[in-house]
Amino acid sequence: MSLEISREFVEAILEQSRAEYPEECCGVILGPVGSGKATRMKPMINAAHSPTFYEFDPKDLLALYREVDDFDEEIVVIYHSHTDTEAHPSRTDIAYAGEPGAHYVLVSTREEIAPETEFRSFRIIDGVVSEEPVITL
Amino acid sequence: MSIEVRIPTILRPFTKDQKIVSATGSTLAEAIANLDNQYPGIGEHLLENGALRRFINVYVNDEDVRFSGALETALKSGDSITILPAVAGG
Repeated sequence: MSLEISREFVEAILEQSRAEYPEECCGVILGPVGSGKATRMKPMINAAHSPTFYEFDPKDLLALYREVDDFDEEIVVIYHSHTDTEAHPSRTDIAYAGEPGAHYVLVSTREEIAPETEFRSFRIIDGVVSEEPVITL
Repeated sequence: MSIEVRIPTILRPFTKDQKIVSATGSTLAEAIANLDNQYPGIGEHLLENGALRRFINVYVNDEDVRFSGALETALKSGDSITILPAVAGG
């Protein structure tokens, strides 16, 4: 298993994480159902507006799933940023991970590595985290 | 009295992979009890201490039930329930 993602999306996610710092940023990348391809990025609002937590607004969440259904898409990537810790799923990330088919992408903008950033991808299934290689296209 | 219920991916193992199932009940609490009768075990993924779980979003006809009475939300035949786990984390 690996995540294949265009350089453009990687850059866009990193840029969003910097722009929304010190809050965590979040969003999804969608793709045609069954393809597993990440083709359409959709930044989401972090309704928690927090440096340590993110949550899609419940209204936006419903609209997102309706849109995904209407366009015969699926959620291929769910991404968010960590502002002060490494780009690895936290305990809460694991507890709330509700899309076993998605790649969970984490980026970190923590100060000790700035201006460098981390960009990593994981599967989170039944509470088990496995990291996977990121292949930039 | 039939209510359509849209099941999220993570709960489909309970519904034999069905995305849309039907339930009966005149309130959301009754519909969830009915759902749990049909698909044993699904209820505890929705409820905690007798209330909806904080990180489960339930909508009746696209309205978030947090604003319409939560488990007491009234249902009528033809209504549609959508269940979505929050996309959230730390």
